[in-house]
Amino acid sequence: MKFNTIEHTADIGIEVEADTLEELFAGAALAMFSIMVDVEGVEPVVSREVKLEAADLGELMFRWLNELIFFVSAKGLLLSRFEVKSVSDCGLEATVAGEPVDPARHSLELEIKAATYYELAVEKKEGTWFARAIFDV
Amino acid sequence: MVMAMEGIKRIGDYKWEVPVGFKDGMRVPGTIFADERLIEMALQDRALEQVANVAFLQGIVYRSLAMPDIHWGYGFPIGGVAAFGEDDGVVSPGGVGFDISCGVRLLKTNLSESDVRPGLRELMAAMAGLIPRGLGTRGQIHSTESVLRKVFTGGGRELVRMGYGREEDLEHTERNGVYPGADPDRVSQRAYERGKDQLGTMGSGNHFIEVQAVEKVFMPEVARAFGLEEGQVTVMIHSGSRGLGHQVCTDYLQVMDRVVKRLGWVLPDRQLACAPLDSKEAADYLAAMACACNYAIGNRQALMHWTRVAFEQHFKGSDTGLGMELLYDVSHNVARMETHEVDGRKRRVCVHRKGATASFPAGHPEVPAAYKDVGQPVLIPGDMGTNSYVLVGAEQSMLESFGSTCHGAGRTMSRSKARKTIRGAELQERLERQGIIVMGGKLSLLAEEAPEAYKDVTRVVDVCEGAGLSKKVAMLRPMGVLKG
Repeated sequence: MKFNTIEHTADIGIEVEADTLEELFAGAALAMFSIMVDVEGVEPVVSREVKLEAADLGELMFRWLNELIFFVSAKGLLLSRFEVKSVSDCGLEATVAGEPVDPARHSLELEIKAATYYELAVEKKEGTWFARAIFDV
Repeated sequence: MVMAMEGIKRIGDYKWEVPVGFKDGMRVPGTIFADERLIEMALQDRALEQVANVAFLQGIVYRSLAMPDIHWGYGFPIGGVAAFGEDDGVVSPGGVGFDISCGVRLLKTNLSESDVRPGLRELMAAMAGLIPRGLGTRGQIHSTESVLRKVFTGGGRELVRMGYGREEDLEHTERNGVYPGADPDRVSQRAYERGKDQLGTMGSGNHFIEVQAVEKVFMPEVARAFGLEEGQVTVMIHSGSRGLGHQVCTDYLQVMDRVVKRLGWVLPDRQLACAPLDSKEAADYLAAMACACNYAIGNRQALMHWTRVAFEQHFKGSDTGLGMELLYDVSHNVARMETHEVDGRKRRVCVHRKGATASFPAGHPEVPAAYKDVGQPVLIPGDMGTNSYVLVGAEQSMLESFGSTCHGAGRTMSRSKARKTIRGAELQERLERQGIIVMGGKLSLLAEEAPEAYKDVTRVVDVCEGAGLSKKVAMLRPMGVLKG
């Protein structure tokens, strides 16, 4: 799995490549949290089960990333471990882990407030899974 | 010329047309209000394509519009304005944006710069101590679900009832502080959870609270009506509906995405997801959006309250004694039903303003009584370290922009480029040398909000004036900025 951030005048996005869909979804989550915080410093103290349904892979990625943003925004929980157990075009099951935000210890960077549908992509290109997402910051 | 290549043409001193043929599927042309410099900036990224994409939406009337501070967004461009017919049009959550009712309020004082300058750092520290900022912070108002439900329908009025402000504040707030049509049952449990305990918090990004001095008055009569004079200290508050608004937008994007699928519509961008105005989904979204608008107004009301408290503590006087009156509160991310003349007849339309401010002229029914003879105040926040403006609504806006004007400077440089080219520490020093204290936020994030990353706000408001959308009343110079 590899990822990089992409430029947008006002906001920021990610591109991810992976061999499997599970790795792709885990990679997108890690890429997103890497924009928000130095993930190395976020210990997997608390874990949460995530189970989502969707009509297609694009909607699933949209729901997945926004679900994780919800943990940050509503619960003050930063995440750094993403174990995606299964992904299909209609749903996902995962275990995620992290710890409550502690500004004294966590190196907080840019806050991501939402994942958008703009330019959102989840597709297979020459045998490799590819995803792109643009965030509202 | 670049312009010819892009297929857009100049149709006035400050107007450019994106013709229907620019992209196959456009129902109406686009208009961008800009001068040559600003249109060149707009051509650097994909903002123009987004103006064209909005023109694909069902029931769009007149034109897909963009204000001079246009920049690349998602779905709609930032600075985009579009109206859709009541009978055949749509509402699009992406056309409002995630930060529903993000907006600005301006608080006056009877203090002069010389009163405030000596103890400014202490004053800023007092404000910083009362106003939580940034990621994961909680406000001082414990907002349970039952409190939230009241704020969702009561907006600024509910905050005043709770003791955070006074009746006169509401007379100087858009729609008297309450957005109509709110239904708390249309807000998801998720959104409730995100809205909890965030009232009275500023958030991060480009939000700020700034102590300013009135640097220059351009229209003395209007300034008098607004209660502004040169040398006077003001406080500008820029914030929105926090996590709650984002969740409402996220929830309804999914709802609308499914509507689009069900109706078999093909959109140029999935973020433009929308629903017919006469559908249940549209009604639900508008009712939830109104809740978020009221929450945003309530949030700014709470932020103003803590600002007043900080001034009271610092100057050891009452806020009324310090003349801390609200000039106006106006949002720049919203959709609402309004009546406008389209093709010679009055029509009810759903006006989307995404990074655009209402700019109603004198005589418009929505202008508060105190300003009815001069027009609605329009508050334009500058970017960090640059001047902000107070404008007044102008007649031409009703003819050409559904009563709208710009909302700020607009970004021109990406965040990562700003980080690479600007050092936060140097920026802070430079601002201090200019007499501007910047408090809060991380230095690297400070760089992302540097003036160089934004367009020149003076040019933006001048173009708005040139196009007749609004007029400059006063310029406000920053003294101290509290960042998220």
